[in-house]
Amino acid sequence: MFLLKLLLKNAFRHKLRTGLTMVGLVVAICAFGLLRTIVDAWYAGVEGSSSTRLIVRSNISLTFALPLNYAQRLRAVEGVQQVSWANWFGGVYITERNFFPQFAVEPASYLALYPEYRIPDAQKLAFYRDRQGAVVGRKLADKFGWKLGDQIPLRGTLYPGTWAFTLRGIWDGADAKTDESQLLFHWGLLNESVRQRVKGRVDAVGVYIAGIDEPNNAALIAQRVDKLFANSLAETLTETEAAFQLSFVSMSEAILVAVRAVSFIIVLIIMAVMANTMSMTARERLAEYATLKALGFSPGFVVRLLLGESLLIAALGGLAGLLLTLPLASAFRAAVGTLFPVFQVSPLTMLLQVLAALGVGAVAAAWPAWRMSRIDIVAGLRHVG
Amino acid sequence: MSEAPSAAPPLIRIRHLSKGYVRGGQAIPVLLDIDLTVAQGEFIAMMGPSGSGKSTLLNLIAGIDKPSSGTIEIGGVDIAGLGEGALADWRAANVGFIFQFYNLLPVLSAFDNVELPLLLTGLSAKQRHQRVAAVLDLVGLTDRADHYPSELSGGQQQRVAIARAVVTDPQLIVADEPTGDLDRATGGEVLSLLDQLVHELGKTIVMVTHDPKAAARAGRVVHLEKGVLVDEAPA
Repeated sequence: MFLLKLLLKNAFRHKLRTGLTMVGLVVAICAFGLLRTIVDAWYAGVEGSSSTRLIVRSNISLTFALPLNYAQRLRAVEGVQQVSWANWFGGVYITERNFFPQFAVEPASYLALYPEYRIPDAQKLAFYRDRQGAVVGRKLADKFGWKLGDQIPLRGTLYPGTWAFTLRGIWDGADAKTDESQLLFHWGLLNESVRQRVKGRVDAVGVYIAGIDEPNNAALIAQRVDKLFANSLAETLTETEAAFQLSFVSMSEAILVAVRAVSFIIVLIIMAVMANTMSMTARERLAEYATLKALGFSPGFVVRLLLGESLLIAALGGLAGLLLTLPLASAFRAAVGTLFPVFQVSPLTMLLQVLAALGVGAVAAAWPAWRMSRIDIVAGLRHVG
Repeated sequence: MSEAPSAAPPLIRIRHLSKGYVRGGQAIPVLLDIDLTVAQGEFIAMMGPSGSGKSTLLNLIAGIDKPSSGTIEIGGVDIAGLGEGALADWRAANVGFIFQFYNLLPVLSAFDNVELPLLLTGLSAKQRHQRVAAVLDLVGLTDRADHYPSELSGGQQQRVAIARAVVTDPQLIVADEPTGDLDRATGGEVLSLLDQLVHELGKTIVMVTHDPKAAARAGRVVHLEKGVLVDEAPA
């Protein structure tokens, strides 16, 4: 108790210095948390992917389509239970700034493969019945204030023209990792339109999604699928949904590495700042530590005093930084809209923030604490006069 | 050899004590073959010019410095042979310190400063508080217990330091220029308090001072010059 009292009083002896150090810690821990959350958001698609879904695409490139008749043959592959398909639409809602993913999907089979998209049965049925209908995630609907029955006009880029959809359903994600920022509409509508305009692109599927019975057999089933279409005009590349998502993330891997590096550099900078603070503190109190040692206090007590004070400041600054991260993350999420489908400060990030703060406190005090524990009492006492 | 004139049994027995430093590869002797005996309950003042070695001798007696050779027996224990940890424990139990600049912790109240050495004892919080209250009463600062050092005068701070020095009831009190930072009147009050510790509580005090008037309050004065005890006289 006495030690705690002494730690508290020592920590706030120089209020301005301690305050500025804590502000630095708050900023650093907050920035560390936000940058990590940005990296996490990049990987959100991977995190939210299912181990029972395989993605089948052209082995040349994602931009090359697969024939529609592959669906029937895929269903026959041992281990494949359900098959659906989707095409990237790439439309623009009012302006390019309102970016969000849109997919033309085969409605019933697609929603059956994505049970984490929770849509009331009535809305689902309404969507199935309306070829002009669309469903969207809750986050997207909230962002644009869409309600059921609203018309959503999209300007096609890959598929020219103006497309108007009627909102028939809104899904809520089963958990925080579920993407709620997409729009889905009938693949049949897209195909029909393409049939009328461009003959060559009819019955073309962007990717197939195959639901499998056993995640452990994913590699085997993927091999079977690719073998089935080997030496055909449209060979396939089949991979787990996670691997598929990861292939997108890997495109920006260099940026992510840079973001990660910056997050750690920030922690290192505040560590240096705090180490300087603790060194100054220790130097100023040289005579006090010598006095304590003269009175019979052990070198370990001096270490506890300095280390405890540093950890206390770091813990308070770290906690404030952690608490500030949450509203800042919310503000960031609101500012970037649907750029990151999932933007959430994870428990792991919060744990790392706490550990980073405590690590800064411990490392910053290590050297001054060691030095002060070894000071010569006589020399230390002489420091007074 | 400087012997305690008193009939009381000796508390401090120093034999062939030498202390030197090596600076820049050169040996610098500070104390040379010192013999000194101090009786229990004695108040001894050490005087000498700057660099004579009196503070070094005081530090060796207090157990915060190590001799190059010789023995320092205090209360039957040769502290020259103790390791760092044992010496720290010994100091906590047997020595009270009074410094020229008081050396109080500025963030602690007078009460907490006095309580500090008691944290190294096995006393309960209640027992500690009783003891602190008693010694603050002894030095006449009961009403200033909650004040911080910066709120106290120099004389009051030195009285808090004296209370801190006696709170663990040590046999020996070492005082390094205890009146050096005080005016004459306040210094006189502090010296009276030290007298009181000797005569009423039976403490043994070894004091270093430059001030002949302060030394005159001691029972015995020893002089050092160039690391050698040259003279002693009853005050």
